[in-house]
Amino acid sequence: MNKTPKNKKLNLSFSRKSLAYPYVLFLIVFVVLPLVLILINAFVADGQLTFQNFIDFFSDGSGLTVLGNSLVIGFVTTLLCLVLGYPVAYFLSKYHASSKVLVLLFVLPMWVNFLIRTLSTKAIFLALDVELGMGTVVFGMVYNYLPFMILPLHTTLSSISNSYIEASEDLGADKLTVLIKTVLPLSVPGIISGITMTFIPAISTFAISELLSNRQIYLFGDSINMQFTTGQNFGVGSVMSLIMLVIVVLGNLLMNKFNKEGNTRSVL
Amino acid sequence: MTKQTSKIIELKNVCKSYDDKPVVKNTSLSIKRGEFVTFLGPSGCGKTTTLRMIAGFEHPTSGQVLFNGQDITTLPPHKRNINTVFQRYALFPHLTVFGNIAYGLKIKRIPDGEPFVNKKGQTVQKMRKFTKAEIQAKVDRALKMVDLEDYGHRSVDSLSGGQQQRVAIARALVNEPEVLLLDEPLGALDLKMRKDMQLELMSMHQKLGITFIYVTHDQEEALTMSDTIVVMKDGQIQQIGTPTQVYDEPANAFVADFIGESNIFSGNMVKDFCVEFVGHRFECVDKGFKKNEPIDVIVRPEDIRIVDANDSNALVKGVVQTCVFKGDHYQITAIIKVDEEENEMLIHDNVKVDEGQTIGMYIKPFDLHIMHKARLINTLEGVMYDKGIVEMCGGRFECNADLEEGTPVTIKVDFDDVEICDDEEDGVIGATVVSSMYKGSYYQCIVRTDDYYDFFVDTDYDWLKDDRVGIKIAPDKIIVQRIEKDEQNA
Repeated sequence: MNKTPKNKKLNLSFSRKSLAYPYVLFLIVFVVLPLVLILINAFVADGQLTFQNFIDFFSDGSGLTVLGNSLVIGFVTTLLCLVLGYPVAYFLSKYHASSKVLVLLFVLPMWVNFLIRTLSTKAIFLALDVELGMGTVVFGMVYNYLPFMILPLHTTLSSISNSYIEASEDLGADKLTVLIKTVLPLSVPGIISGITMTFIPAISTFAISELLSNRQIYLFGDSINMQFTTGQNFGVGSVMSLIMLVIVVLGNLLMNKFNKEGNTRSVL
Repeated sequence: MTKQTSKIIELKNVCKSYDDKPVVKNTSLSIKRGEFVTFLGPSGCGKTTTLRMIAGFEHPTSGQVLFNGQDITTLPPHKRNINTVFQRYALFPHLTVFGNIAYGLKIKRIPDGEPFVNKKGQTVQKMRKFTKAEIQAKVDRALKMVDLEDYGHRSVDSLSGGQQQRVAIARALVNEPEVLLLDEPLGALDLKMRKDMQLELMSMHQKLGITFIYVTHDQEEALTMSDTIVVMKDGQIQQIGTPTQVYDEPANAFVADFIGESNIFSGNMVKDFCVEFVGHRFECVDKGFKKNEPIDVIVRPEDIRIVDANDSNALVKGVVQTCVFKGDHYQITAIIKVDEEENEMLIHDNVKVDEGQTIGMYIKPFDLHIMHKARLINTLEGVMYDKGIVEMCGGRFECNADLEEGTPVTIKVDFDDVEICDDEEDGVIGATVVSSMYKGSYYQCIVRTDDYYDFFVDTDYDWLKDDRVGIKIAPDKIIVQRIEKDEQNA
């Protein structure tokens, strides 16, 4: 703590650091503290320090199934988003003069609350007599997370200097070769951040799966939610939150590693 | 097989415009096999656009581009046996030096074995890729050529500007193009490195024997390296010639001003072999001009010899204003005063003179370059807006003509009657300064209005290129004439 010496005048000038204090306080109360609570809850059962919560979670098959389901749906969603989003982002970056409006159109769904979007998707499926299940869940996920894939891809793709493309053509590459050998490798940072922005929310989401599968399919986010609310099992819920956290951190580390190995230099 | 002609590249009436704004205007030229050609001109003169049309990145709005006599006007770049060294190198950041140079080789397909006739009776040529060993050998050779033998594994970002430049050249040359295009490749290098690279490029050109087309705005670079210089301005070719021709016999005042330093004066041709400027008459070698035709005279500073003021050789006398040592010569400015008119003369000589000293100057008749004036008076068309007001170039000017409203007219304004003002708002119309050229006692500027009319203006000030200015003309200086047309009354 800074103590102002008595013989000096009160220093009224702010240091730039002090502007960050409100957020640091917020961070401590709403992020660090809950994390500590999760940690404590995970290792405490019946008032004792124990691994019982972990044993409970890993011995219960359904919990692991949910985790497996989440990862699979996360992978599939991310893959579909990439496959669908890349051509869109590429197309948008090619016509950048008039594309502002187009980009807006593609990102517009982000402006509507995801619950409303998901509920209306459900209504459409019901009206069309589509059976709710895995397929509809993946659809809902892709629909929700596609903009998060397109935006970083679009940013990266449109920042690739045209001279690289011209250099590639000049060296004998036709349009397809230019795409595969120049544009694709140069857009790796965009792909990485697109994947990060899609995969991590996708595995931890709740509500989308619940709504679009008529409560048949539970994802990890849903079951954490249930442990805390209906189950009132704070111990196992905390263990699951911890596992989630570990997956997210590992995912991020992996992506960062990729990014460094691939190229961080392409966005010039 | 392509027919071997001596002309490897030909442009025929090539025009290029962006959004109706012409960038290259009706350009025709042919480039011989093995030649080192330089497109030289100020920025925005269309030289890079011309190069890009040869490379295939741009397609002409009209006209033809021929390669070995074949029309390649719309052929995409990857099908042309032409490679480019880009202005900012455009080395692929995701590849190593080796990967960059091998890029073209990995894509290329080459004939595999002799062509044979298949069962259907068609002649078939099997194609294959280069093998790893072949690519390795070619890249190594290219690296050796640019003195970067041990740099193959390096990432391009770890290289200095000069090294990146060499990689870019190696990457283009490894594909064995028939024509190498270089778009201001040395612009980002420092002076010393630029000089070294110039020499290296010249020796590469000699060794390889392929055609180099080089784009630059640096006249010295062009004079040093080229076999042929194409001087361009405003999308038009001003002169094509060897460095000596372009320097010694500039086609017009622009070329003279752009290439090397020069004194440009307005004068008039008294008679054959006799020209008058800076208030004196000089003997010259030119003839065939009209009697008393106003002309531009160009004298290179190094063609003026300083002699004693009382020497019989002194054609004209002047007072030294400055004398600056430039290493291999003194740069002297002298004022030649005749009556009230003062003209400034720039001289390069290797004698030191004192400021304020009166010197004599001698110029060989052969060294006076005389050329027709591009324009004698600004002439444009307009319409009477009202009595006493004429509309031209989107602005309404007061004038002394009282023709009826709506009368189409031609308007003439002398160069020194056009006024330029600093603030665009102060003028009747706005315009952009295109060029400014010192003519001994005044500057001749060209300012372009927003509907692309170029006003020639004689002014006392040096206006900055690309500056926005306003144009004013005093009412009594506007000469308005009715356009007499038969159909007008119909």
